[in-house]
Amino acid sequence: MSVALDLRLKRANKVYHEGEVLAGVVVITSKEAVQHQGISLTMEGLVNLQLSSKSVGVFEAFYNSVKPIQLISSNIEVAKPGKVPGGKTEIPFEFPLQAKGNKMLYETYHGVFVNIQYTLRCDMRRPLLAKDLSKTCEFMLHCQPQKSKVQPTPVDFTITPETLQNVKERTSLPKFVIRGHLDATNCVITQPLTGELVVESSEVAIKSIELQLVRVETCGCAEGYARDATEIQNIQIAEGDVCHGLPIPIYMVFPRLFTCPTLETTNFKVEFEVNVVIVLHDDHLITENFPLKLCRV
Amino acid sequence: MHARVRKYGAELQRCRLDAVPVDLGDYHPLKPITVTDSRSRRGGRKGSTSSSSSSSSSVAPDPLSSMLEGTDPLSLFAAASASETPTLSHSSSSVELGRKRRENEEEVGADFEPWSAKRGEILARFTTTEKLSINLFMGSDKNKASSPSSAVSEKVRTRLEELDDLEEGSQRELLNLSQQDYVNRIEELNQSLKEAWSSDQKVKALKIVIQCSKLLSDTSVIQFYPSKFVLITDILDTFGRLVYERIWSMCSDPRPIPDSFSVEDVNDTAKETCLNWFFKIASIRELIPRLYVEAAILKCNRFLNKTGIQETLPRLTAMIRGIGDPLVAVYARAYLCRVGMEVAPHLKDSLNKNFFDLLASFRQIHGDTVQNQLVIQRVEIPVYLTLYSPAIHWILQCVAYRAPDVLLTEMMERCKKLGNNALLLNSVMWAFRPEFVAARATDFIGMIKDCDEAGFPKHLLFGSLGRSLACADPPESERLPILNEAWKVITKVRSPQDYINCAEIWVEFTCRHFTKREVNTVLADIIKHMTPDRAFEDAYPQLQSVMKKILTYFHNFSVLFSMEKFLPFLDMFQKDSVRVEVCKSIMEVFIKHQQEPTRDPVILNALLHVCKTMHDSVNALTVEDEKRSLALLINGFIRMVSFGRDFEQQLSFCVEARATFCNLEPVIIQLIHTVNQLAMETRRVMGGSHSRKTAAFVRACAAYSFITIPSLTSIFSRLHLYLLSGQVALANQCLSQADAFLKAAVSVLPEVPRTISVEGKQRSSEAFLLDFINSFLSTLLVVPDHPEQGVLYLVRGLLNMVQDYTWEDNSDAKVRVYISALPLLAAMSQESYLYTIPKVDSNETLYGGDPKFVAEISRLCETLIGQVLDHLKTLGREEGVRRQGSLAFSLFSTLLAHGDLRNNKLNQLAVNLWNLSHKNGHCDTRTSVRTLEHIKQQAQQPELSHLSDMLLRLSLQSRA
Repeated sequence: MSVALDLRLKRANKVYHEGEVLAGVVVITSKEAVQHQGISLTMEGLVNLQLSSKSVGVFEAFYNSVKPIQLISSNIEVAKPGKVPGGKTEIPFEFPLQAKGNKMLYETYHGVFVNIQYTLRCDMRRPLLAKDLSKTCEFMLHCQPQKSKVQPTPVDFTITPETLQNVKERTSLPKFVIRGHLDATNCVITQPLTGELVVESSEVAIKSIELQLVRVETCGCAEGYARDATEIQNIQIAEGDVCHGLPIPIYMVFPRLFTCPTLETTNFKVEFEVNVVIVLHDDHLITENFPLKLCRV
Repeated sequence: MHARVRKYGAELQRCRLDAVPVDLGDYHPLKPITVTDSRSRRGGRKGSTSSSSSSSSSVAPDPLSSMLEGTDPLSLFAAASASETPTLSHSSSSVELGRKRRENEEEVGADFEPWSAKRGEILARFTTTEKLSINLFMGSDKNKASSPSSAVSEKVRTRLEELDDLEEGSQRELLNLSQQDYVNRIEELNQSLKEAWSSDQKVKALKIVIQCSKLLSDTSVIQFYPSKFVLITDILDTFGRLVYERIWSMCSDPRPIPDSFSVEDVNDTAKETCLNWFFKIASIRELIPRLYVEAAILKCNRFLNKTGIQETLPRLTAMIRGIGDPLVAVYARAYLCRVGMEVAPHLKDSLNKNFFDLLASFRQIHGDTVQNQLVIQRVEIPVYLTLYSPAIHWILQCVAYRAPDVLLTEMMERCKKLGNNALLLNSVMWAFRPEFVAARATDFIGMIKDCDEAGFPKHLLFGSLGRSLACADPPESERLPILNEAWKVITKVRSPQDYINCAEIWVEFTCRHFTKREVNTVLADIIKHMTPDRAFEDAYPQLQSVMKKILTYFHNFSVLFSMEKFLPFLDMFQKDSVRVEVCKSIMEVFIKHQQEPTRDPVILNALLHVCKTMHDSVNALTVEDEKRSLALLINGFIRMVSFGRDFEQQLSFCVEARATFCNLEPVIIQLIHTVNQLAMETRRVMGGSHSRKTAAFVRACAAYSFITIPSLTSIFSRLHLYLLSGQVALANQCLSQADAFLKAAVSVLPEVPRTISVEGKQRSSEAFLLDFINSFLSTLLVVPDHPEQGVLYLVRGLLNMVQDYTWEDNSDAKVRVYISALPLLAAMSQESYLYTIPKVDSNETLYGGDPKFVAEISRLCETLIGQVLDHLKTLGREEGVRRQGSLAFSLFSTLLAHGDLRNNKLNQLAVNLWNLSHKNGHCDTRTSVRTLEHIKQQAQQPELSHLSDMLLRLSLQSRA
């Protein structure tokens, strides 16, 4: 006798906004009637913060995880103890998505030290000898579009040996001139990051040009705060010794879940940056950093 | 037996059908037969008087009419498609309809050479003997964005997947693969992609595709790169198709969406899945896989929004700029153009942009990075440059497809401006419309001349130009200068192989526009180049193609053979098989295009030589089919030879041909037929009465046949030819020759084997033999008896042979021959014969109805009937009652038709035979009924009234 418990949200993409109603059905499929001691649904939104081992040490990092922040939580009973008939049973449900108290619902975000996650869980308690059944599903929250108009704030850049910081021996550097621009540093999260880059000249052949998307997460806690930058993704835009003087497009789609509009709260911050990384054939690595501000319109 | 007296003329009159006017307006054989009223038709047409169909207006179940009735399958299809169109457009607004129509107009037509046509060519051309390697990096290149859920169970699943990957071996490097191994490995990957897909391992499928497209960034063993591209893009195509079909099938619930769906028809789940794919692909780290995989699923943009494809194409085009290696980049462009042409052929802009980007980065090809690589791989520049050709050809073909001349001119101008542009020039000539190239041929020649010697091989450039000129004509005035200029360069090409490749192409242009003089010059040049060191041995396919082209344009063989160098050119084909092949192609063209018989000595000599070559190739190992086809060609030639009224010349040609083609039996047979025809033609010309000279000539013809026939191995050919030649000799009043032929035929009879091979199967020869004997018998009627031999010498001779022949056991063949000899004997005893040969006295005049002669015939008949009756008796004893019945019936029929049944004995015999044939109930009742009816009819004639008495004695026995 097998019972399958499933949660189906009405929206195929599982994306909801604050103030909307999370609607769907609990689907129970079984050949025979199922005896149970109640079916309940739990909806929860949590911010999990973790301290990086870099800033506080391994043990603290492990033990001193900051307490999760609950953004939203509700629980309803779908069915009283009893019997579900055989076949396929669908029980519809609805949850209003309203933040607790004066808190607001942050956008879903999966990071390294900060995780913002919304889950819906369905539990079916069953009498002795039968295992309780449970099904969890995650749904996405997108924050309300920003009201004010976004200024794209384009940025031009030129990279030459002279513009570099952090160089030990400037004399050993080969000569090169790389120009380019980003169309916007205030980016709309649903739109790709775009721009152009021209290798005007380079003494040494270029091996690769990459765009590195970096998240900068800051967690505040009793001992102060920790700020860590980690890579989200690395997108190669040029491979090999590209044609000089020909503009190469800069194009990167912001990955879902792993990016969110730039977020700043009392306890934590999530920011993003992009690095243009140029690898020369002699393995010189040249990086130019651009902080980004992501928003949703 | 006494034959009844026949009045053939009166019988013929009686048997003639009444001339009944056919009402054409009413009757047509293919018209559905509708029997409206059978009685009204009775007078109209004989044969349609069906007795039983009294039911009015019943449609006969005729297969033809049932097909024609209503709609045939073709019009059904047409009707279906007509009714389908409105349902398709039902949901779409009229605006969309207009758009659809426009798109249809812009769709790729049949005149666009598809990629599949190029595939094989590339694979065959770009090969290597060097060792290849495949480096697959499965597993660890984990797509971070690919698992959107972190719920516990999901996590466990992804971990398990990772474990699977480890089992697969996270990194596999396969070194030292031969080319074939490599191809096999790629095919394996293609298979495992399909398997992974069908077992729902979408992530694994994606990984395979990514790893495969990553191989395209590897340019080690560069001369194999084009083939590698073909192999790997096959995988990408498979992947693109799988993804598209999967998403498409997600939308087809509850009913399939039409092919021309719009975004609104796509449901949310499908859209989400599609979006997921694009997000996954957007996060692929490396440029080249990201580019290729996104291009592979370009079509899926249709599920998301209307403008997706036209936004993506330019972006991907620009993305290719990031590929540093020019060869990799150009192939990436070719792939993008290919996908673009498939998915959105109306988006020309990105095609053009691709080409302009290619021009902009063209100098990369001659850059340091590339040069260094070539040095390491030890690849020469000309070889390297030809690697580009397929890709650039393809891009230009896409760009030039139905493009306006203005655009093409602009492209050409841009190419002109670049240095080192031979490579581009070559592709331009390949891919642009031949008419376009032909109109500017002189310009092109100028540009080719300006090209750098060290770069792209010039003979290839001229080859491409020649290819265009072969399809389209340059302006009249420029043709000769073009040929001169081109040939000046071609003739300087050193390597015979390169030379012939190029010359082969230009032969077409030469043949198309010039006379035999120029073609002759070209042939002379080819001979000059290909003869040293027997270079022609390696170039037979090209030389054959040259021959084919000449034959396509020169159908007049007197012109062709008057070319001085044609036969020397033919002599270059020294390998026997090729030589025969070429000769065959010449003969095929001759047979096809020679309208009138010829006596031109040039043609005859040359073709006799060609045919002799074909004939001489026949040896013990030659298969039957080959012999047959050779003989067919030679026969075609012989039929086309005619010396008009010069019959003697014709005969001496046949004599010569017989000596030349002695090994091919069908040819010999043809020659005998030709000679017989010649004799008959002579007879026709002389109006039937030969002069002394023509009489001698026809005897010579007979002599020719007589000495030729014995050389044939096929016994039936011999028999039929003896008979035929005998008839011809008779017709020409050569009595002794005719006698000799017929005698020879009779003497050959005992040699007929019991089984002969027909189309490779052993079959009994009996039926053939009976056929022959019957037609032989019918000829014997007109053959006068030899004055020195006895009466009916030939008939007796034949019957003796039949008696001595070893027939098959349990066969009635012998008796059947006897039965069929009876009508002959009956016909011979008539006062005037059924047919005679003008100017030849048959036995009727020789004997003039002499009673002795008639008595002799009767005796012979009696002997034969006696033989038949004996045989019938033996059959009665054995288990042969059925055969007995049928034989008895056929003897009865013969007696009825030819015998004089007023004779009591004969009458009694006939009745007995009737009873015998009905004794065992094996006879066909319907035949019997019809026979009785016939007798009844015959009996109405006054001279046959005795039949009515006999009729009373013939009883019908029902089978029961």
